[in-house]
Amino acid sequence: MTDGYSEKVMEHFANPRNVGEINDADGIGKVGNPVCGDLMWIYIKVKDNRLEDVKFKTFGCGAAIATSSMITEMAKGKTIEEALKITRSDVAEALDGLPSVKMHCSNLAADGLHAAIKDYFEKSGKK
Amino acid sequence: MDHSATTAVDPEVTEAMLPYFSERFGNPSSLYTIGRQSRRAIEEARQKVADLIGAKKEEIIFTGSGTESDNLAIKGTVYKNRKKGDHIITSSIEHHAVLNTCKYLETQGFRVTYLPVNKDGLVNPDDVENAITPQTILISIMHANNEIGTIQPIEEIGKLAKEKDIPFHTDAVQTGGKLPINVDAIGVDLLSISAHKMYGPKGVGVLYMRKGVRIEPLIHGGGHERGIRSSTENVPGIVGFGKAAELAKKRLPEEAGVVKLRDSLIRGVLEIDDSYLNGHPTKRLPNNANFRFSYIEGESMVLNLDMRGVAASTGSACSSTSLEPSHVLLAIGLRPEEAHGSLRLTLGLDNTQEDVDYVVSILPEIVNKLRMMSPLAR
Repeated sequence: MTDGYSEKVMEHFANPRNVGEINDADGIGKVGNPVCGDLMWIYIKVKDNRLEDVKFKTFGCGAAIATSSMITEMAKGKTIEEALKITRSDVAEALDGLPSVKMHCSNLAADGLHAAIKDYFEKSGKK
Repeated sequence: MDHSATTAVDPEVTEAMLPYFSERFGNPSSLYTIGRQSRRAIEEARQKVADLIGAKKEEIIFTGSGTESDNLAIKGTVYKNRKKGDHIITSSIEHHAVLNTCKYLETQGFRVTYLPVNKDGLVNPDDVENAITPQTILISIMHANNEIGTIQPIEEIGKLAKEKDIPFHTDAVQTGGKLPINVDAIGVDLLSISAHKMYGPKGVGVLYMRKGVRIEPLIHGGGHERGIRSSTENVPGIVGFGKAAELAKKRLPEEAGVVKLRDSLIRGVLEIDDSYLNGHPTKRLPNNANFRFSYIEGESMVLNLDMRGVAASTGSACSSTSLEPSHVLLAIGLRPEEAHGSLRLTLGLDNTQEDVDYVVSILPEIVNKLRMMSPLAR
């Protein structure tokens, strides 16, 4: 459903921010499933309890790519606690909304970020 | 390059239609002059459509769309013959107009066999023969597939149907005006086509019904279209269909040029690493190219092409309202993640070699950009 994409979604889709991997990432969140058509990997670098860097790699539709790009912008520079508060609907809102059919399947970015933070906790032994 | 979705109305078609919106607005059922004028226009259009498919004028029923023609052919036939049996044979790669009609009929007590296809999308006539039972009252197999373009061996299936005296319908919405069709040569009893796939207007379809074939109407009313499809006729639409059919017949030889463009497109695109052609390499619609690219998803390809001025479509779940990958791509044996990476490009008579060269030049960049972003790519 391409008709329902906002200009902001299309802008992020056309020029995605922070694409790529972080080689020495402190946490990696892998969510989604290629069978369903969306797979998102979110990489984070943490310094002094803040997300110093956030990057992504995504297989998926326009909404999947735009939400990935958006969450990297939203999360960068935030404290871990602030980043954990970012929800799926925050991401959708920041993109001026998503088509309803995309809300569940492609709006995985917040889950991906939270999974990356969880991975960071596990690796660093915090929490 | 999405001509299988729809085509622009040819200016000659528009011109033919225009008078029937205004000065020739008469109801074809009225007895006075402008009514008779409309009646005559409809009958001329009927003849032109009949000529396109080698039928007789009386065998043409105008409907509201290709989907309606499919519904009418299938439901009309099985309702008429329900005392003889309850079994329908179709394929697993039909258009939803056929597939969902059959699924509905299952809820009404009919039994349906959905035949498998091979990796190229071909139905095996032996499978049709083996599926026939004494209760079989309809075989409906599409002429060519709308997604992957594979052309079915419908002459052989038509022969089988005739031997067993079972009504045979084909959905020819994708082939009407693109391939030469002769209803006697392919041995069909019922055939659906649509105007807007052949440079005609939207909102008008045709059901060819062989003389002697009986079906139940689905729309009851004033007895239009020999009682098969009541409704005041869509005169401008029907006139447009007539003109489009006349032009299509004249332009059939030009489809050879489309085949050349298609093959050039296929050659060019398959230069991309990890790209594949879906559908049969040669038994395919003149205008259809359907690819799949590993590691990336179709909707994001379609959006990227759109940003560069190219219209395309995909069988990815992400572009459908159902969020299911294309049933056709799954039926030819692709895994869901492969089906998500499909891209359909369908050419028309208005496409040029420059258009093909342009797509071939920009597609590698788009694929690379998405692969750089994909966690599946190496």
